[in-house]
Amino acid sequence: MTTNGGEALIKSLENEGVEVIFGLPGGAILPVYDPILDSSIRHILVRHEQGAGHMAEGYAHATGKPGVAMVTSGPAATNIVTPLCDAYMDSVPMVCITGQVPYAAIGTDAFQECDTTGITMSVTKHNFLVTEAADIPQIIHDAFHIATTGRPGPVLVDIPKDIVDPGNPRSAMEWYEPSGPQLPGYNPVTVPDPALVAEAATLIRAAERPVVYAGGGILKARGAEALRRLVELTDIPTVTTLMARGALPDDHPLCLGMPGMHGNYTAVTAMQEADLLIALGARFDDRVTGRLDGFAPDAKIIHVDIDPAELNKVRPANVGIRGDCRLTIEALVEALGVDVVDQGIDRAPWKQRISGWQERFPLTYEQSAPGEALKPQFVLEKLRDGSPRDTIVASGVGQHQMWTSQFWNFEQPYTWINSGGLGTMGFSIPAAIGAKVGMPDRTVWAVDGDGCFQMTAQELVTATVERIPIKVALINNGYLGMVRQWQEMFYDERFSEVELGRTVPDYVKWAEAMGCEAIRAEAPEEVEPAVAKANEINDRPVVVEFRCDEREMVFPMVPAGKTNSELLVDPSQEDQPR
Amino acid sequence: MTAERFHTVVVKVENKAGVLARVAGLFARRGFNIESLAVAPTDDERFSRITFTVDVASAPLEQVVKQLDKLVNVVDIRELDAATAVERELMLIVVAAAPERRSELLDLVRIFKAKVLSVGPDKMMVSLSGRPDRIDDFEALLEPFGIVEIQRTGRVALRRLDSSAIDETPEVP
Repeated sequence: MTTNGGEALIKSLENEGVEVIFGLPGGAILPVYDPILDSSIRHILVRHEQGAGHMAEGYAHATGKPGVAMVTSGPAATNIVTPLCDAYMDSVPMVCITGQVPYAAIGTDAFQECDTTGITMSVTKHNFLVTEAADIPQIIHDAFHIATTGRPGPVLVDIPKDIVDPGNPRSAMEWYEPSGPQLPGYNPVTVPDPALVAEAATLIRAAERPVVYAGGGILKARGAEALRRLVELTDIPTVTTLMARGALPDDHPLCLGMPGMHGNYTAVTAMQEADLLIALGARFDDRVTGRLDGFAPDAKIIHVDIDPAELNKVRPANVGIRGDCRLTIEALVEALGVDVVDQGIDRAPWKQRISGWQERFPLTYEQSAPGEALKPQFVLEKLRDGSPRDTIVASGVGQHQMWTSQFWNFEQPYTWINSGGLGTMGFSIPAAIGAKVGMPDRTVWAVDGDGCFQMTAQELVTATVERIPIKVALINNGYLGMVRQWQEMFYDERFSEVELGRTVPDYVKWAEAMGCEAIRAEAPEEVEPAVAKANEINDRPVVVEFRCDEREMVFPMVPAGKTNSELLVDPSQEDQPR
Repeated sequence: MTAERFHTVVVKVENKAGVLARVAGLFARRGFNIESLAVAPTDDERFSRITFTVDVASAPLEQVVKQLDKLVNVVDIRELDAATAVERELMLIVVAAAPERRSELLDLVRIFKAKVLSVGPDKMMVSLSGRPDRIDDFEALLEPFGIVEIQRTGRVALRRLDSSAIDETPEVP
């Protein structure tokens, strides 16, 4: 069948099972937008290309399927660099199609030309510059294969205009179905080495104070069920990192919650005191380890990762296993065989220490005095308690992100979406939109700060027009709160360029102007009704502005450069014996 | 240059546009220090071979190899240490050679089995191919004459064959 590159591109995307493209057209990608009109694929027109990228990420986080974004050349391509880097850092499967100037014009500084593959080389798992129309079906197939297998990640395909423009003879081609990936240098290993699994099992049997350090790789591998079997079989307390919240339910008796710089005391301290850390799909990020030479000093390390480059990168492993997290956990369960009780292992002393920490150092905050601004933690507790249990929460980056991770009760995997590695402010609204598109029957809340909101709020117009009824909880404290916290703690309260102002912009008017229902809550008794009202509205986006106390700080906290043993607890717990 | 600090890695890559940029970009981004680099096609036109020497003080060799392996266009990676590698390099060098010092210079050329490529009134161009350490020695001996211009290719390497007697005939000196 004779076709052209543009039609072949859309057909290739359909063949990959793509249901939705987040995008914004422009000159170089224009010919591809014509066949979209006749395609089964839904296109969501964003207001800024960064939004398209984060929506694709949110969609991928929520569904496990690759998100697809499509934008034009030049400034559109540079605008999507941030989401690509974000997806690269957090291993999010994503395919990004960019338009490019005609092949013959590349290198001439043509209008809206930029070196997209050069710019994105270090923020993608791989990228392609397509030079012939006939390569399109194969390259699209390869792109999806790379994005979704091994350690997932973003793949960019840059396509010159002439090979997708039916008016140009260079676009003519014969359609074909690729028979499989053609990638001689790409062969991810997923099945773990049984000998190493056996070694790991031996370490697990011998451990007295083991902790499972569960990372985002478990969710990428759809391994939450396997994780649960492993920890129940071995009776091992488990921390879930910022990227793995929900991988084990927070109310599970073995779940200690989030470790790291703003992790809870028990999760941080259990890792510090452990004699064995079983790191599953985690990468010993600096926000988890604190100062590395003081991290978990007595612990042996079992490290499982699909990406062998993560093994021994930061902390040398006693047993490093290359493999898919789910397959490796299942192999470990098999190798361990009978459960911990039948093996005569007594976990009681270790668990007693842990429950002692939990009793002495629960997450806490001081309630506001009458007439004072809202406490953000109080708002998040009310939001959590007033929303459906399977609500998907997407957050921006900063204090509100840490409080959400701390105070939400994650009962299921794939209900928590945030920007962990890159820490991209403005992530939440577009990510929530992408999640809602992928999971239309679920309640989706974006928890956002006022600084974040001002970076990507324009996508609420997209949400209104495309009828994607997300809800936004805007934690408005009038400041870049996390930076303010660091200036308060480490710069003698010298506040430099962190005050955004609480009343300008008027968030209610702004939200209404974008077609959203807008609610403002300023007093504690207004919070519950505001949440309830927002949860009842399902025909348009809702923004609830919570006017919050700017003095509130995130605790516990491991100051930068300190070890996790030097964790600062909430001021009310300072006198507790550690 | 000590054997412990510098390690030779031979990478087979797909012969596609931008592959060298991916490899070089990876070195830059991860802070790997490269001592020398040589790129050339192989007998199979689909692939090229990149031979480089990395300073393992800048990053553990394991990280260098594993990160390289993540590049989709990298097909095969071989680490070669001095004991398992046959390494060669080519040097072109222009040396100051006034007529009264020429015979002294030609002695060295003869001893090292180098070649005189071009002779001018007061300069001489010489080439030498061989083991990189021999080229280092030769360069050091030419230094006192006055080096006008020098170009070295960077080393290329292959794994030594099991019976490599022919391959490693002792070289002079």
